[in-house]
Order: sequence, then C-alpha cells, then structure tokens
Amino acid sequence: MRTNIDRHRNIIDFAISSMLRRKAKNLSLALLYTLIIFVTASLILFVQALRKEAATLLADAPDIVVQRLMAGRHDLIPTSYGEKLAGIRGITAVTPRLWGYYYDPVFGANYTLVARDGDGTGPEKIAIGQGVARSQRISGGDMLTLRSATGTPLLLTVARLLPEESELVSSDLLLLSTADFRTMFDFPAGVATDLAVTVSNQRELATIAGKIAALLPDTRPILKSEILRTYESIFDWRGGMMVVILSVAVIAFVIFAWDKASGLSAEERREIGILKSIGWETGDILLLKFWEGVAISLTAFLVGVILAYLHVFLFSAPLFTQALKGWGVLYPRFRLVPHVDPYQLTILFFLTVLPYTVATIVPSWLAATVDADTAMRS
Amino acid sequence: MLQHPAIIALVGASLLVCAMVLYAGGYGVRILKRWDLQSGSEEQLGLERRTYLISVILGYALIFQVMSFFLFITTADTLHPLFVGAMCAAGSLNANGFGYPVLLLKTVNCLLAGAWLIVNRVDARGYDYPLIRPKYTLLLVLALLVTVETVTQIAYFSGLHADVITSCCGSLFSADRRDIAGELAGAPVRQTMLFFGLSLAACGVSGARFLARGKGDALFALLGSVFFITAVVAIVSFISLYFYELPSHHCPFCILQKEYGHVGYLLYGTLLGGEIAALGVGFLAPFKTVPSMRMIIPPTQKRLVRAALLLFAIFSAAVALRIVTTPFTLGVFD
Amino acid sequence: MIELVHVSKQFNAGRANEFQAVDDVSLTIRRGELTILKGPSGSGKTTLLSLVGCMSRPTSGRIYLRGVRTSFVPGDEAEPVVDISSLPERFLTDIRRRAFGFIFQQFNLVRGVTALENVMLPSYPTGEGYAAIRRRADELLERFGIRRQGGSRVEWLSGGELQRVAIARALINDPAVIIADEPTAHLDSRLSRELLDLLGSFKAQGRTIIMASHDPIACDHPLADRVVEMRDGRIVAGGSS
Repeated sequence: MRTNIDRHRNIIDFAISSMLRRKAKNLSLALLYTLIIFVTASLILFVQALRKEAATLLADAPDIVVQRLMAGRHDLIPTSYGEKLAGIRGITAVTPRLWGYYYDPVFGANYTLVARDGDGTGPEKIAIGQGVARSQRISGGDMLTLRSATGTPLLLTVARLLPEESELVSSDLLLLSTADFRTMFDFPAGVATDLAVTVSNQRELATIAGKIAALLPDTRPILKSEILRTYESIFDWRGGMMVVILSVAVIAFVIFAWDKASGLSAEERREIGILKSIGWETGDILLLKFWEGVAISLTAFLVGVILAYLHVFLFSAPLFTQALKGWGVLYPRFRLVPHVDPYQLTILFFLTVLPYTVATIVPSWLAATVDADTAMRS
Repeated sequence: MLQHPAIIALVGASLLVCAMVLYAGGYGVRILKRWDLQSGSEEQLGLERRTYLISVILGYALIFQVMSFFLFITTADTLHPLFVGAMCAAGSLNANGFGYPVLLLKTVNCLLAGAWLIVNRVDARGYDYPLIRPKYTLLLVLALLVTVETVTQIAYFSGLHADVITSCCGSLFSADRRDIAGELAGAPVRQTMLFFGLSLAACGVSGARFLARGKGDALFALLGSVFFITAVVAIVSFISLYFYELPSHHCPFCILQKEYGHVGYLLYGTLLGGEIAALGVGFLAPFKTVPSMRMIIPPTQKRLVRAALLLFAIFSAAVALRIVTTPFTLGVFD
Repeated sequence: MIELVHVSKQFNAGRANEFQAVDDVSLTIRRGELTILKGPSGSGKTTLLSLVGCMSRPTSGRIYLRGVRTSFVPGDEAEPVVDISSLPERFLTDIRRRAFGFIFQQFNLVRGVTALENVMLPSYPTGEGYAAIRRRADELLERFGIRRQGGSRVEWLSGGELQRVAIARALINDPAVIIADEPTAHLDSRLSRELLDLLGSFKAQGRTIIMASHDPIACDHPLADRVVEMRDGRIVAGGSS
C-alpha cells in the first residue's frame, strides 16, 4: 500500500512538472475548459436559484385557490361561497382575496394591486415594492396618484416600502386597504377575486379539491402543488433548453480536447519513448495521463465554478437575465440567495468533465502504447 | 420531459458509458477468438495492448456507473413535484414501468463492473494472463446489461410526463399493496430483523472461517450476497422507519436526503462496496489452483473478505446505533 | 546469464514491407563479461538488444534469464531461470527495471527537466519513496563529479556532462546488466575512451555489459571479452562458444 502511494506521488509530481513544461499547449485547453464549465455552471446555478426563489414565494401560497368560472373564463366569486366551503371537513379556513392589475400609462408599467388590511396599509395609506418606487422615483411619505375605474384620481400616501429581500416577488407590488381597493376598481360588494383555502392535512388535498368541485360545479380549485409543478416544468424546460444549446458548445470543446490529446508532438512522443525505454510501463504512462487529466479537470472545474458563483450571486447573472428571468417591464433588481449543492455540481460534472474524460481515454492509451524500443530507433 | 439538465446529463453519460463498454466488448470478442500468449506475433502484441485500454475504460465506467446510480435516485427525487401524489423518488420511479428496472440494472451493473475490475487486477498480476477468458466473457455480459440499462433509462425518461397520477411512497410501500414493493414493506419486522441478524452472523462466521483456514470462499460469496439482499429488504421493512421515526414511511430513498444527514450514502455505499468485494471473492474462487495464481488469489481473497466484512460491519453498526439511540420504537424490543 | 535459442523477430508480418530484423539467432551471454555486437546499421544489433533488454518480445524462439530475481515467479532456488519470451509487458518491464540499465546512442535525456530528475526518472514507477531515490541519485552524480550540475536542465549541459548523466541514470536501479546502444557514435575519441573506461569499471564491479557498436575504438578495446559480428539479422562470427 505504502509503495503504491509513493508510486502515485512520484508520477503526480512528474505529471505536474511536465504539464508546466508545455504551458502553451495546456493553457489554451485549460482556458476553453474553464469557459465551458463557467457557462454551464452559471446556467445551472442560476436556474436552481430561480427555482428556489419561486419555491420560497410559493411557500406562503394558500393550499388551494378556488376560482369561479363563467363561460370558461375566470370571474369574480361570491364571498358566500366561502361559507359553503367552510362546511367541508378538513378545511380550516377560507379567505376571500382581492387583487388585480393596474397599467400606469405614464411609466408604461404594470402593477399588481393586492388588498391587504394592516401591514402598513390603512385608509389612503399604501405599501409599495422596490420596483414601483424606483420607476416612480418616490419613497416613504411621498404621494402616489392612481386613476380609478370611475376616472377620478385616487391620492395615496406611501407608508412603507416592501423589503428588498423579497424583491423578486414584490417588485411590482402595491398593497392597499380593502376599502381603497374597492374604490379604485369600483369593485362590487359581496364578491372577491378568488378564495384561498387552508387545509389541515396535506394528504387530503386531492380529496378535498374533489369535494369542492362537486359542491360548487362552477368553480375551479387549483392546488398549490399544481402551481409548483407548473413552475418546476417551466424552469426545467428553460434550463433544459439552455443545456441543449450549450451541449453544442460542449461537443465542440470535446472535439477540440480530443484533437489536442491525440495530436502528440514529436517532442512528447520522444519523451514517452524515453520513459518507456528506461522502465516505465504502459500502465505507468496511463497513470501519468490520468493525473494530467485530473489536474486540468480539477483546475478548470474549481475556477469555472468559482467564477460562475461570482457571476450569478454577486453580479446577478448578467449573461442570462434577459433570457431566463424577466416577465415584466419592472425588472426586479435583486441578488439571488447564494446556494450551491452537491447535486448541481454532480450534474455539472456529468455535463462537462465526463465527456472530456471519455474523449481523452483513447488518445492517452495510444500515447501510452508507444513502443519501448522507439527510443533506440530515433 | 427530456429537457431537465439532470436527465440530459444522465442520458448523455449512459450513452457514453454504453459506447465505451460496447467498444471494449468488441475487442473482448476478438481477444476471446484470437488470443495466443505463446505467440509474439504483432496481432497478439496488439491484443495485449488493447487489454490496457479495456482496463482503463472499465475503470472509468465503474466510477461513472456508481455516480450515476446516486444521481439517478437524486434526480428521481427532485422530479417528484411533477407527478401528482409522488412525494419522493419512490413516486417518480413508479411513474412508469421502467423506473424500477433502471434502478435494478444500475445496481447490478455497478456490482458487475466492480467485480470485473477485481478479477482484472488479479489477472494482471499473473504472468500468463490466466483469467483472460472468464474475464472477457464476463465483460460481454456486462456490455449487454449496460446496453439494456441505457435503453431502459431512455424509455423511462421519455415516458415521463408531468401529471401522471402515481402513488406516493406512502401508498407505494404501504403494507396492503400486493406487488414486490408492497411485499418488501409488508415483510414482518420481527422476522426480517431476525433474518437480517442471522445472515449477518452467517456471513461473519463464514468470513472468519475463510480467514482462519482458507476454506469456504464460494460459501462466503453466497452468504455475502444473501446478506446484501436481506439488507435491502430490511431497509424497506424496518431500517428506514427508525431513520424517519415514522411507523409507516418505508421509503428506501428519502434517507439519502439532507434531512436525514445523507446517511443513505453511507448505507448504500458500504453495502455496494461490501457486495462488490464478496462477489470478487466468489468470482476468483474457481481459479485459485491455477499455477500462476496460487500465490496471488488466496491473499487477495483474504483482503477482499476483510474489506467486505468491514463494510458490512460499518453498515450494521450504523443501523444498530440508530435503533439504539433513537427514542422511536416499533415495539419489537419491548 | 542470458541465453537466446533460435530467436527471430519479424516486423510488419504479412504485409509488403515485411522484414526479418533478427533471424534465428542463438547466443549465450555470460555473467560479468563485456560482449560487443558488431555490424553495420540494419544488421539487427539494436533489435537484438531490445529483445535481450526486455523491451520487445521475439516473434519466435526463447530467451532465458538466469539469476534474475522477479517478484512474480515462485521458487527460491539460488539461480532461478525465467523464460521471458512470452511474458506480458508489465512483467518484462518489471524485470527490465530491476535487472537492466540502458545507455542510448543520443543519451535520450528528457529535455526541460533537470539532470537530477533525469537520473531519478527510472525509479519513479517502482513505488520507492522520493527521498530514497533522491539520495541515490545524489550519490551517483557525486561519483561522476557532476553533483554541481544536478539542478540544471539538461539542455544547458556539455557533451561530457550529458554522457555522465546518462550513465548515472542507467545505474539508478543498481542493475546487473548494462545495455549500451552505439554509445560512442556521437562522441569524439577522448570522450569515447572515457566512456569505455567507465564501462570497464562496471565490469570490475561484476556487472554484465552488452554493447552494440561498429566503432573500432570500442571493438578493439582491451576489456572486450567477446565480439559478435552480425549481418542481415544473423550472427556471422563469434557466436559459438
């Protein structure tokens, strides 16, 4: 065992020194390798971070949302439906929700208006998201004017800004009191946008949804898990599409690496010939090539992942923002919560290091089987 | 459904591994047909060189195979929100008929690749390539199985559609279901525990006997494999319950998660490693009388037996420690 | 010590450019002697050296090594006999590392690496600790008076220094047999004599030396015990003894 470790140590020493001797050749490979890992890692980390944000967002979502359908379209739901639902066993609470959209022609932006009493709101007092504040250039204490449904302007005071941490979700959000909300949209009494249902036992969700659909045939219950599934599908699909596009780059890189590995220079051939003639065996040369591969993969992997980490979590992934994130005019300006897990790194390994390694197996074997007596024939 | 990065990674990796192993298998056929060590002809020298390539390929294949085994389970676990009712990997795997066969094939291929490498390592130390024929026959079997695995895995992933109603692990492994998974969960705790203990003891005794007297290597390999299977049954039947501290959560995959300290990697890692060593002992058993192997196989077998016993012991110790320290009880020891 | 029985080596078998580099050679090389293979280029000297030195395997015929300890053949007779003609490469290499030291025509040192590391290279894959190899290499460099040049890269060394580095490398694993392929081909007369004298001193230490050469300085050297003449892959003189 001891001698085996020494054998590896000696060969690693020589592998590193011989790579340093051929800096030019290895540098271009290492740079390209790092670049490929950097882009792939950025993508994977970014999609994963978005997915996490979405999950955090949904963590507070109600278990079931009940919408009323009219002619196949979402319609306002009578609050009296809530009382009927409360009778179903397993439902602990039913809350009517009021929300809507408002288009601000001056700034060309869409706001999401949600009625919520307390929490900083009150009569003519509102809370706004960072995105709204930025576009309107206002902060706490300033006034904001909205055009109500009846055409009269509604004057509101900004009581509070929503915290930056939640910006991904709250950027375009405007919270106001229920009374103001009804005035704003001339919203009829006795109805709500939808109903939020809380269920005590998560395992009974599907059963309860079935009961709701049976009790109120003109409604549609939407489970939290369904929303989650939709989000997941979208993120998986987006991430997957990017990986498919990237795989072209990975294949190009693998061909490049294969070419580099098989294009043995006369000098390298001579060197391997010498090593074999003085007592190195094919297995030893293969080991040398293995350690060279490990050294270059490890370096590229570490550097690529660190750069990707900085790119995604410190600079908010400028390379992908437009493609993968935006869904409105008010781009949330947020920092993703740094998060890296072994699972993502394993996927990255499979997408980059594995193809590289496979591409170098046959070339290194060809190099290692140079005849031992070539050194004598030069 | 095939666009998830992890799915692309898994399918791509298994296509690569499959291509590598088939390539190796192709040369395996040539070696089986044309091998003649007495000759110094260029063809023979060329074949001997190929054996190096094949060893390297199989070495990498094993590493990738083991990694993809765990990546596959983790991916199945991450995908579960896509399927109604699926609460973890168990549900995702059940989304179509190919999920569990893929897992089984992956396990078998890990074991075989590991055992092949052991045989290969021993063969390389004999001056007349004594195991060349059995070794390359085994390689052909492995190539076939890896191909089947690759195809099955593609079938599994392309057959995945979000929304397919699947049973979650709660119902899949609940005791009233009449399929294999249900049978495992339904295995009576007391008897399974007893059998688990007995097979561990039998494995230990036969290992000790082999170490002391050099006899019963094939028996040890057999008992080791029995222990391996018993341990998997035991994980579903009662070990998982102690880790989750829930009386009806029989899932064998959730123990890989962070909530349970990734203890699953320790359990499955030691089990796989131990079984590879035990299989190695068995595969080497018929060849210990070959002249060039007489000095090599018995000491190697002893090392393997020690390794297998150690790994199985770590597994059992981890399980026993949990059973003793957790306040949760199945009422077996009352 | 080394016995060759009807040894042949063929290249490119079955193709148009097939040729017989060594053709039915039988030869016995005795322990402690300096044997010189003499002949024009293309006469098969180098191929024969590579066969004897376990670098390649004969197409047919047998080669026996006597008195070489190996790690893999059981038996503890004082004079074990190993048939190396059909051993797999890794065992040939194992024997080569233990029993043979090589000196090549152009010294074949690895460029860009220090003299010291060049001397140490043959020992790397044996699994010996770095420190132990280093100690032996230092001693050898000291013995040949080039300890000071140990840290320099080989391209900065003079011809005489290169020669001594190459010899030190051949000795790092303390071999019983030294194989030298045309070692004087690119040397002036003074360096050639110096080299031959060094080889002679190895003979005094009990090492067996096999050298291929067509240089008269070598072939007529007083220490040469035997000169075997080759032509077209066959022995034409000095073979029987």
